[in-house]
Parts: sequence; C-alpha cells; structure tokens
Amino acid sequence: MMTNKVRVATTSLAGCFGCHMSFLDMDERLVGLLEHVEFDRSPLTDIKHCQPCDIGLVEGGLCNAENVHVLREFRNNCKILIAVGACAINGGVPAMRNHYEVQECLQEAYLNGVGVDNPMIPSDPELPLLLSKVHPLHEVVRVDYYLPGCPPSGDAFYAILSDLLAGREPSLSKTMLHYD
Amino acid sequence: MNQLLENTLTIDGQVVPFSAGQTIMDAALAAGIYIPHLCHKPELKPHGSCKLCTVDVDGRSMSACTFPASQGMQVANNTPALTEVRKTLVQMLFVEGNHLCPTCDKTGDCTLQALGYHLGMLDGHFPPFYPRREVDASHPDLILDRDRCIMCGLCVRASQQIDGKNVFALSGRGAQNHVIVNSPSGKLGDSDLNKDDLAAHICPVGAILPKNHGHEVPIGRRTFDLHTVAESDIATFNLHKTEHHDD
Ligand code: SF4
Ligand code: SF4
Ligand code: FES
Repeated sequence: MMTNKVRVATTSLAGCFGCHMSFLDMDERLVGLLEHVEFDRSPLTDIKHCQPCDIGLVEGGLCNAENVHVLREFRNNCKILIAVGACAINGGVPAMRNHYEVQECLQEAYLNGVGVDNPMIPSDPELPLLLSKVHPLHEVVRVDYYLPGCPPSGDAFYAILSDLLAGREPSLSKTMLHYD
Repeated sequence: MNQLLENTLTIDGQVVPFSAGQTIMDAALAAGIYIPHLCHKPELKPHGSCKLCTVDVDGRSMSACTFPASQGMQVANNTPALTEVRKTLVQMLFVEGNHLCPTCDKTGDCTLQALGYHLGMLDGHFPPFYPRREVDASHPDLILDRDRCIMCGLCVRASQQIDGKNVFALSGRGAQNHVIVNSPSGKLGDSDLNKDDLAAHICPVGAILPKNHGHEVPIGRRTFDLHTVAESDIATFNLHKTEHHDD
C-alpha cells in the first residue's frame, strides 16, 4: 500500500523508553502529525521489521549484539537517522557500567547483589550477548541528526520533525537544548 | 595623543580600553564582552590550558586569558570559525572524561555543559574514551570524582593563591594527566581542605562536589537553565530571574 505520507520508524535500544514517552508528550500535536506521517517499525505499531523509511528515530545506545543488529537495520532502511536522547548520543546512564568488566556487572546483578534469590547468571542462548562496553550510535553507523536531552522534550521532537517535514535543515533553539 | 586613546584595542570592531598589564580577557570582561573560557577566573593567575578563549589577534590564534592587550590590536572573537573551533574543544573535553550529565549533580550549574549549549553542541562527535578514573569520597563534606575533571587547574590555583594551602596538583602528561591530592594517603579526607575553601567551590564541572546537598535546586531551575554562560560570567544578571534566557 503506497501513500504519500512520510514513513517514520522508531526503536528503543539500550534506553529506558523515556524518549518514547516524551515523544508522546507531543500530545494533540500527534493528531496533526499523523496527517503527514505514518509509522513503520516502532513500539507504537508493534511492526517487527523495518521497511524502507524516510526517518528513523533511535533511542538508547548499544549494550548488546541485538542492539547493533537493530541499529544496522534502521540505517539500511532509513534515509534520515536521528540519534534521540543522551544514551543514543553518548551511552548515557547504561554507560555507567563501562567502569566495570561485564563479568563484574553480571556477578553483582545475579550472584552477589543485595536481595538476589537463586543466584545464577542467565545463559539462555536466546539472550543477546552483552558488549564489553556500552557505545553511542555514531560509533557504529553514520548518524544524520542528534536530538539531545534526557529525555528531549515533546517540543524538541515536534521542532525537529516539523523542520524535516517542511524540508528545512533542523535547528534546535537554545531553549530546547539540554543534556539532562 | 593622550593616554586613554593610546590604550585601546578592538574586539569584533568594538573599541575597548585597557590599562597596562591587562590581558585581552581582562579588557573584554571589564567592557562586558564575553569571550568563552573555562580555566580562567579573574581573581586567579591565568593558566592558559583549555584554549576555549582562543581569539584571532591580527590574524593569529592566541589565548585571550594570557595574551597581553596592546595598543591598536584587532581581535576577532565572536566569529563562526572560532565558534566551530571552540565547539570541537568542548566535544573533546566531553569524550575524554565521563560526562553523563543526567547522572551528575552539577548538571545545570556546570560551565562545560553551559559552553556546550552556548556553542550549539549537539553530540560528542568523537568516539568516547570512557576512562576509568578514581573517585575519592574520603572527605566528610566533599567528593572528588575525577571522571569529570577537565584538568583546568582552578582548584590547584585557588588552594595555593587564595586559601593559602596546597591541596591539589596536576600530575602526569597527556592522557595520564590527573588531579592529585597533597596528603599522606593521597586522599582528600586526609588533606587540610575545608568545605569553606575557595578550592572546594571553584570547580567549573562536577569533579569536586559538596556532599549532602544533592538536588537542593531542581533540574530545570539551575543557573544555566535560567542564564547563558555569557550572562553569568560577566556577572551582570539578576540572580532572581526565573525565566529562561530565550523565553
Ligand atoms: S561535569 Fe558538567 S558536563 Fe560533565 S557530566 Fe556533569 S554536568 Fe555534564
Ligand atoms: S577538579 Fe575541577 S577545578 Fe580541579 S582541575 Fe579538575 S575540573 Fe579543574
Ligand atoms: S580560558 Fe584561556 S586558555 Fe582557558
């Protein structure tokens, strides 16, 4: 089914879904947006794989092999890729584990941590393997635009999408620029 | 020609007076002109290390905080090219340490972060180093988190030049450069640093932080949420302003 709408895909990698929640903070402006936009792969649609898209919004950094796989799928399918939020841009809160070895993190979480029942490091083959460090997106693929913030505000999402839909080069006003 | 006319230079075409012995930075601050800077505070001897204050003096790049003002000098400060260079310097400072602002209690009050905003920095550009540096929480009132130290030497100079102590020093070269503490154990808790010392307050980033005062001011209402770095550094703003500078 072909339409003239701009196709947008979104995903959350090593993030907390806070950026997606903030995306929904566009509130009633989403209604206007949906006249021009339709969603492809996204937690909002539950579509599992990307078709060719115009814009990809990626929340979260890369903490495991599956994150890298999904990011590559987005890069291969999206004309414009936007790194959304602190974690996508510099690793953010998950990157706090970069101070430790993966083994130390697993031991703390699953063996020695406070209140651990039935201590055992999960080893199901279905689980994606952890990377030795958390990385931002631009270390693995080319990123077209950055939308900083933890999370970026609904206004910031609206600004960047409005600019792109109008064919303008996105420019975030200083009011909307924050890293926290 | 009288003395006054002899002692002038121009910054971006604006005529600025200076007196003998002043640097370009001194003259600019006195005239209310903001030249970005991180390692400079007017009450301390200049260090010339961060290079954020790089200006173009008669076609050459100079550090405004160390370069003496001289008659007729033509200084370019607020140019797109210098903004790009300064932004790159800030990006390098971000990736060289662990600057995860959402996890840092200095957020909103941090000069490095505010310079990122001022210069329009959206990302770190370079691959992050994620260095592993030592945290020292041994002091009852203060914490030293080297992850966020930018080696500006302000704590070193404040301790020596104002507090009359000698608590901090910079040690090691290049990527090994780090802050060390002058005490028998090398720990802050064993030093004679007091929470009222200037050295305990001067850190422009979240490397030296007071304990027990986290989140006293909510995020969104902190210094640089309400003011630009330019406003606060030339100290002309009204501290009770509650609107954002772009509102
Ligand atoms: S020191 Fe400043 S730039 Fe670094 S994490 Fe803290 S707020 Fe961010
Ligand atoms: S601890 Fe703070 S004041 Fe001292 S050198 Fe590091 S960044 Fe500068
Ligand atoms: S302010 Fe001049 S070099 Fe840092």
